Amino acid sequence: MKHSPPGFFHRFFRWYCHPKHRDYIEGDLMEVYEKRLERLGKRGADRKFIIDVLLLFRPGIIKPFRGYKNLNTSGMYKSYFKVGWRNLTRHKAFSFINVGGLALGMTVAMFIGLWIYDELSFDKYHQHYDRIAKVWQGGIDQQTHAIDGGYGLQYPVGATLKNHYGQYFEQVLMAWWITDFTLSVDDKKFARTGEFIDAGGPEMLSLKMLSGSYRSLYDPQSIILSKSLAKTMFGDDDPVNKTLRIDNKVEAKVAGVYEDIPPNNTFSKVQFFAPWPLLKMLQPWVNNRDDDWDNHFVNTYVRLRPNVTVEEANAGIHNLYADHIPPDYYKTIASDEPFVQVVPMSTWHLYSEFSNGHPATGRIVFVWLFGIAGAFVLLLACINFVNLSTARSERRAREVGVRKTMGSMNGQLVMQFLSESFMVVLLAFFLSLVFLTLFQQAFNDLVDKRIALPLGNPWFWLMAAGFILVTAFMAGLYPAFYLSSFKPVKVLKGVIHTDQFAAVPRKALVVIQFTVSVVLIIGTLVVFKQVQFARNRPVGYSRQGLIEVSLNDPAYASKLDVLKTGLLNSGAVSGVATSFSAVTRINNITGGYTWQGKDPDLDAQFVNCEVSPEFGKTIGWEIVAGRDFSPDIAADTISSIIINEAAAKYMGMTDPVGQTFTDVDEFGNFQWSKTIIGVVRDIVMASPYEPVYQTIFHYGGNARGVMHIRLHPAISAGEALPRIKAVFDGVVPSALFDYKFADEEYAMKFGQEERIGKLSGIFSTLAVLISCLGLFGLVSYVAEQRTKEIGIRKVVGASVFAIWKMLSKDFVILVIVSSALAIPFSYFLMERWLLKYEYRTDISWWIFAATAAGAVIITLLTVSYQALKAALMNPVQSLRSE
Amino acid sequence: MKRYQLGEFEEVVILTMAVLNNEVYSVTIKNEIESRLARTVSLGALHTALLRLEEKGYVRSFYGEATRERAGRPKKYFQITALGKKAMAYSKATREELWNAIPKVALKLSGPTS
Repeated sequence: MKHSPPGFFHRFFRWYCHPKHRDYIEGDLMEVYEKRLERLGKRGADRKFIIDVLLLFRPGIIKPFRGYKNLNTSGMYKSYFKVGWRNLTRHKAFSFINVGGLALGMTVAMFIGLWIYDELSFDKYHQHYDRIAKVWQGGIDQQTHAIDGGYGLQYPVGATLKNHYGQYFEQVLMAWWITDFTLSVDDKKFARTGEFIDAGGPEMLSLKMLSGSYRSLYDPQSIILSKSLAKTMFGDDDPVNKTLRIDNKVEAKVAGVYEDIPPNNTFSKVQFFAPWPLLKMLQPWVNNRDDDWDNHFVNTYVRLRPNVTVEEANAGIHNLYADHIPPDYYKTIASDEPFVQVVPMSTWHLYSEFSNGHPATGRIVFVWLFGIAGAFVLLLACINFVNLSTARSERRAREVGVRKTMGSMNGQLVMQFLSESFMVVLLAFFLSLVFLTLFQQAFNDLVDKRIALPLGNPWFWLMAAGFILVTAFMAGLYPAFYLSSFKPVKVLKGVIHTDQFAAVPRKALVVIQFTVSVVLIIGTLVVFKQVQFARNRPVGYSRQGLIEVSLNDPAYASKLDVLKTGLLNSGAVSGVATSFSAVTRINNITGGYTWQGKDPDLDAQFVNCEVSPEFGKTIGWEIVAGRDFSPDIAADTISSIIINEAAAKYMGMTDPVGQTFTDVDEFGNFQWSKTIIGVVRDIVMASPYEPVYQTIFHYGGNARGVMHIRLHPAISAGEALPRIKAVFDGVVPSALFDYKFADEEYAMKFGQEERIGKLSGIFSTLAVLISCLGLFGLVSYVAEQRTKEIGIRKVVGASVFAIWKMLSKDFVILVIVSSALAIPFSYFLMERWLLKYEYRTDISWWIFAATAAGAVIITLLTVSYQALKAALMNPVQSLRSE
Repeated sequence: MKRYQLGEFEEVVILTMAVLNNEVYSVTIKNEIESRLARTVSLGALHTALLRLEEKGYVRSFYGEATRERAGRPKKYFQITALGKKAMAYSKATREELWNAIPKVALKLSGPTS
């Protein structure tokens, strides 16, 4: 028997050796082996053979890892792009639909991506973003049995946190609410938003100090200004060490200037920070509150120690009230199980709404909603690409056949078509960059943000590259596999499977497109209907020509009567009144009231509003029972109240006029008692979507917060305002005349919903536009394909109408199917959306009917152009063309 | 040195090829080196050297006949090209130049005989 070398190593050699060298080296091995067999015998020869094989295992002889390829493939890819480009330029209309549709979709997706990025990076300007938190107090609401609470804290909480829980917190800072103040320097006055905070504030917020330092606020009469405010107030002068006045009551020395906080931050509105002791001078009643566990009126910010988690801190401080409130007082509130917790900065913006004491929802809903809507719009554009590519596959079928005959493999053809879709997406991307820059301003106005295109950011381009690839795959994968699966023999013979089933996936995709579009349209209509419904809600007073002036200067107090007379005498004004707070806002809800027949379980919380006797007449409220306050009846100032209808209902009184209303403190001790003299129609002060809160109006001395001025109906606002300003400047020259129109203030309550409505309007318009573009492409393709058939039909006697009907019918059916799918789905969605509004519209049937009808009409319009063109064509021409 | 790069083993191989003159293929080269220089040569090292020489253009190759003892595999014959001959001459010249430059004393001092 002939000896052969060890099989395993022989095979190993044949496996690893480069095919170019395999044969002759193998020959060498065999020849040497034969000779050694004679000299050394089988075992020796085998051993040497193994050594030889192992020593041959070296670079240069081993085949390359990626398989044996001796071709330069760049030429192939070049030809892919060339063929793809030629296809694009040959069919300009289709290319326009493809690229344009995709560019629209990508623009929307990118805008939304930028918006989401902006939302998610909210507050990240602060270096200690992860460790800043705000203290929140809560307890069990006896009526709902759910946990309720807020950021308003009792004054001693801050000191308690600092003294007893220092192991969790690096900083504990008392702060006031972020509100408007009047700053004045010399005789210039500016209404600006600011924050009074403990001296450590700038350090906690890691403000970028342009001058001064983090210690600047340690001087109790200092203030630090944002760069822009410093510029407005002092121009180009160095503001440091200049003195200014706050609300014309206290003086403060500018100790520093910090870089403006960018817009997407909670503190972006704050244009100056002032130290906490200064607030005590500004609002003397804040003094001596160190043992006041009754009033909830300050904010407390904390910075956690680096290794302390929010959960640890919350567990640690949970029982702060139980452990530190004086026991006899704690007994009265113990049943509420009051507690405190810290709410981290990361949840302030996106999870601003609390559910059972936890930040649960808020703008994050919109992040999801818009994210999904954007993805869908992009999907619609991708569907266009898929449909047009597969529908027009016949044009490419011959090419596929020839390529396959010449030896192309399926995989290579898939690559070819993918590279074509990549090219289209790339074109669309650059077009969408153009759109982005063009519509950037409009978009920013719409979403009320200042988002810049991060064109210089390498991450943006990285994300964009990923986005292009994903879109190219989404759009190109199915067509690529579909087109490359043709059988060359059949295709080259001219038999292409155009049976009716080939169009099924295409029809399904059209149905998806129109379902999404119809859902979006219905959603938009419902949002607008809800906004309109709330707008048309009777507000209980007349907003037109009513202005509110904030009386935030001490000089007003003694001059109110002079001012009133002066205004009335100016002739520009038909009514003047004052009250504690604005009509468009609820400032003060208090409890602890009782009346005859009160349900003892009722918490009895009421909005309290102190007004001057002219208030009702000036704002134009409507008395439904009893009478208005009268300045002539002395008793009104001390013993009369007016309630609203909601309060009457709340108290369960059918005839409230003449009833007695009593205030008691938390221990049940009598405070005061007043008689109800009138009932007014409900006034919408808070959200127009919520029921009106039970309210009591007093005729009282505290009615000095806001002045309400009714402009004279015969005089235009442009004429009246300068005259009013002249009166103000004459009577109280120190104060800033800062007015607001009540109707504008009221309209701002709709901002959020209107924005959603506009955005969803834009989304649905784009969705419809993109879907119709695709439809247009499909119809023109079908019409072109059936040119001959239509010609013959016409020759045989079909009317134009019959042909139009024939071409349109299929598409109309698809749209009707889509509407049938979309209606129940959108009903379900929108009904849930409306549930969050107490005062809400119903979803009437006409919305669905109108949307479905609209969709069919739009479809018919889209289809008819091509259908009629085909139907009107002279059969002589269509039959002759070959 | 850039123009004619020739490694030590490559030089041995190309010189042996010149010695053999005909029937120049891997096995004969291997046998010749092993018998003349008393050093073992693995096929792996030899083939790598041959491939390198071919890449550099010093030798060219052509396929020869397939014999039974080679299990039907062809031989790959090699031939020195003109460039190869130049490289050999260059290599020899540089060595000689260096040899001639060595002072006699130095040779004596370090030589094995001293």
